[in-house]
Amino acid sequence: MSRQPFTPDRYRELVASHTPPSRQLRGYLRAFWVGGTICVLGQALTLWAEKLNLGEITAPMFTTSALIFLGTTLTGIGVYDRIGKYAGAGSAIPVTGFANSVAAPAIEFQREGAVMGVGARLFTLAGPVLAYGIASSVLVGIAYWLARGWVL
Amino acid sequence: MSRAGQQTFVYDRPPVIAAHASVAGPKEAQGPLAPWFDALLEDDLLGQKSWELAEMEMVRRCVMDALNQARMPAESVQALLGGDLNNQIIASSFAARALGMPFLGQYGACSTFVQALAVASALISGGFLDSAACVASSHFCTAERQFRFPLELGTQRPPQASWTATACGCALLKGEGEGLRITSGTLGRVIDLNITDANHMGAAMAPAVFDTLAAHFSDMGRRAEDYDLIATGDLGWIGRDLLLELCDAAGVSLPPDRLIDCGASLFYREQDAHAGGSGCGCVASVSCGWLMKRLERGELNRLLLVGSGAMLSPTSSQQGQSVPGIACAVSIERGR
Repeated sequence: MSRQPFTPDRYRELVASHTPPSRQLRGYLRAFWVGGTICVLGQALTLWAEKLNLGEITAPMFTTSALIFLGTTLTGIGVYDRIGKYAGAGSAIPVTGFANSVAAPAIEFQREGAVMGVGARLFTLAGPVLAYGIASSVLVGIAYWLARGWVL
Repeated sequence: MSRAGQQTFVYDRPPVIAAHASVAGPKEAQGPLAPWFDALLEDDLLGQKSWELAEMEMVRRCVMDALNQARMPAESVQALLGGDLNNQIIASSFAARALGMPFLGQYGACSTFVQALAVASALISGGFLDSAACVASSHFCTAERQFRFPLELGTQRPPQASWTATACGCALLKGEGEGLRITSGTLGRVIDLNITDANHMGAAMAPAVFDTLAAHFSDMGRRAEDYDLIATGDLGWIGRDLLLELCDAAGVSLPPDRLIDCGASLFYREQDAHAGGSGCGCVASVSCGWLMKRLERGELNRLLLVGSGAMLSPTSSQQGQSVPGIACAVSIERGR
């Protein structure tokens, strides 16, 4: 019986030397222009909402809702996964990506039924963002409440 | 029935491959082996309600194709040995329900097909079976939703990730008759060199393939040069290079021109399959569709088929465990 010729450490080096690197610069550029375009679209929607006199509170909500609608629709017609493959974080980080992360499991798990399928799996990807996003906003809120006497 | 060395069966009554059938999905049908497959799928849902049922139907059709080629009714097959990547191997067991054959479920991740061949050959050589169908399948969409992400999620894959083949292969073995013969089978040890990247399955499996190859050569008193071709599955392009490095460093001769990898053969590099094809159906369809036909045509006389599997689960990966590999080998020979 032959023994493995490499130790795990030496083998890891060998594996690294044979593994092609991700094309990072290309990835950054694609993420920048796609993510930037989504943000420009969001800004345009906000300006439009202000023109319509929707008010300071309603205008950002209008923008968010419109972008979520766009992300979900593009997921439903099978386009957003292609954008994501091209742009990576550029399309994952904006709110359209959040919409995609909720709509994709909704489509995928509908065959397991409305309760244990869609209901239980809807937030498998978005769940961590919601849990830690809400938890950290609570913590920031408490910190703000404690510090407001000094800060303001 | 006899043994050689620590890990190898030598089949005294080598079973005959009476028929073999392969099915490949739409992406595989764009690849270099498309002309060799017996059936190409245009619709990877196969008119079914779910991906899992589609994979089951693909298995059923593939087994039926092999039975039709051998002109054998399903009732005459004494055992169906099969497996797939789904939890609790449902594609194979549900297909076995439809086919009505006695079923022996197999799991060796992507090495499942070769494991089934090795076990069925032992049972036939030992006189416990006169006939057996060996089958293994994988489906890109069932594997993605189980091991990775929903299909519509916009994610990027790293270059070392492999692409789960939508494919199935079935070999029908008999104790008597004319055809290719399975002459020996080498079981594999589970080898782990502490690769923790669950995407990098070629790297995780290459040491296991090396271990099984070295055991087979040592047990049988053979060298790589005794085979016209050594076909590994599914190391992919990167894993194949790593296997050559491992053999070179250990002083085990493995001429690159005698080594092909099923995962690296299934797709063109331009097909965006990253490191190459994987999944139980990859080595099954490539061996049943391409390699066995090359043996029958006389282009090859003796083939060593080494299936490799990454023995991980989503749970083991999430708990930070490394990816252990396994490899199982059978030698397939033409004539006698």
